[in-house]
Amino acid sequence: MLKISHVSKTFNPGTVTEKQALRDLNLHLEPEDFVTIIGGNGAGKSTMLNMIAGVYPIDCGTIYLDGVNISRQPEYRRASLLGRVFQDPMMGTAAGMQIEENMALAHRRGRRRGLKWGVTKQEKEIFHEELKRLGLGLEERMTAKVGLLSGGQRQALTLLMATLQKPKLLLLDEHTAALDPRTAKKVLSLTEEMVTEARLTALMVTHNMKDALRLGNRLIMMHDGQIIYDVRGEEKKKLKVEDLLKKFEDASGGEFANDRMMLSD
Amino acid sequence: MGIILAIQGAVSQGILWGIMALGIYLTYRILDVADLTVDGSFALGGCICAALVTAGVDPWLSLAAAVLAGMLAGYTTGILHTRCEIPAILAGILTQIGLYSINLRIMGRSNTPLLKLPTVFKQLIELTGLGQSWVSMIVGMLFVAALIALLYWFFGTEIGSAIRATGDNERMARSLGMNTNRNKVLGLAISNGLVALSGALVTQSQGYADVKQGTGAIVIGLASIIIGEVIFGKKTSFGTKLLSVVVGSVIYRIIVAVVLQLGLNTDDLKLLTAILVAAALTVPVLLEKRRRSAAYDPMTDGSSGKGGN
Ligand SMILES: Nc1ncnc2c1ncn2[C@@H]1O[C@H](COP(=O)(O)OP(=O)(O)O)[C@@H](O)[C@H]1O
Ligand SMILES: [Mg+2]
Repeated sequence: MLKISHVSKTFNPGTVTEKQALRDLNLHLEPEDFVTIIGGNGAGKSTMLNMIAGVYPIDCGTIYLDGVNISRQPEYRRASLLGRVFQDPMMGTAAGMQIEENMALAHRRGRRRGLKWGVTKQEKEIFHEELKRLGLGLEERMTAKVGLLSGGQRQALTLLMATLQKPKLLLLDEHTAALDPRTAKKVLSLTEEMVTEARLTALMVTHNMKDALRLGNRLIMMHDGQIIYDVRGEEKKKLKVEDLLKKFEDASGGEFANDRMMLSD
Repeated sequence: MGIILAIQGAVSQGILWGIMALGIYLTYRILDVADLTVDGSFALGGCICAALVTAGVDPWLSLAAAVLAGMLAGYTTGILHTRCEIPAILAGILTQIGLYSINLRIMGRSNTPLLKLPTVFKQLIELTGLGQSWVSMIVGMLFVAALIALLYWFFGTEIGSAIRATGDNERMARSLGMNTNRNKVLGLAISNGLVALSGALVTQSQGYADVKQGTGAIVIGLASIIIGEVIFGKKTSFGTKLLSVVVGSVIYRIIVAVVLQLGLNTDDLKLLTAILVAAALTVPVLLEKRRRSAAYDPMTDGSSGKGGN
């Protein structure tokens, strides 16, 4: 499904702010893998997702998705294969456009855009049904500007938009981190529901270890631009928070898990 | 009597210049780019049109040529901005400066009168028997109505929606598979096509073209947009917004006509416009600052009660 081979990325090479964010990264996903990703601040989690999405070019290595070599494709082209939800709830939607317009944009992800009407009547009916699933009452406000919605509502909408057109791979980058605990929980359970229902392949970065353990069939831990731990299936099920902390301590040389690695929910 | 005539002339000029303001609205408000190409592309429209009419080309056909030339100018700025990664303001200035020489080349001199040559306005004056400013007004209104309808339709289509999304949230647009660079180039081309059309119509209506006729056009366009927003408010439908831009342009011309009647020197007009726009852009900022400092309360902490991290 996804095959990342020997990918490295250095930001600002040759300057004082030079930073190697990914070091010879390798990752191979099976179809329908739901992988949770943990790791300290600056471990390279976001960078890995950004490299898959094509936000910045990679320095070396290859990325194949669904048999397609996307290593050098521009971001807007890869978008046909990817669904994305960002940490910042403002990032995934256009504030000045209506809910249904935003959904229609997402519905056309990866398709040619022409001079046909931007939102069709048939689509509005689909969107109405889809919005009901969120249970936020947005189906009654389809012509409202997205800028009027709360962060949680916008994030739920972004999630729905990311899956409206089934992606080959869903990329979630701490997409509940900026939400209050109750909304975060709701968005997380929606995520779980959508991934299972549509049998999506997904990468989900989280700073909550309990969520990382509870969700998905596979867990990877990143540190200093590399994957230092990769467990799946039965082995993952048996894993406990303490085991992860231990791993993390070993990797970071005794330095205890920082505040971003949350233990509580 | 003088003031009535002046205002009638102002209204017809306002409508024709309103087409330029529509073009600026597309970049400034929809694409969220400050495009300084317009001073050049407005004059370009006029110069191309004058040169073609002088060469015996049909005045309607020369309007179409002006639109194409304007689109090419916008395209150039778009490529400089997206491909060459030059900041949008600088890209626009480069095209604008380049166009000054190009416009001189096109006309072969700095000013071309169309005294005895046909224009769309003269044709219609002969046909209808109406006066110059009535014909200007009617032609302008027909163009404006057609263009607003066309823009309303276009920005409702898939491509138009993608251009709006690009201006609203570029990263989101890219993540949903939109070629944001292409959308920007397209938006700039359409915008400058409108600006050049306006320049060509103004040239035909006033009976001459001048390489300097676009100087300050961007500021006049911004003034029109802001006046329109003051009158109609910011929260209106898209169609109303487009209309408000043209109404803003007409009101701007009326204000100009009035202050000129009151004895203002024509040379001071650009200063007045600049002050008007600067003031209109400053007032909302000051109001917001006042609102915020009024809401400041040293006794409460700023937390909104949201935890989570
Ligand atoms: N656009 C960028 N420019 C420069 N440095 C960056 C950029 N993005 C990330 N980095 C650096 O790369 C490292 C990894 O960052 P990131 O992938 O965001 O970490 P994580 O998401 O795991 O917290 C950090 O040191 C960060 O400062
Ligand atoms: Mg991150």
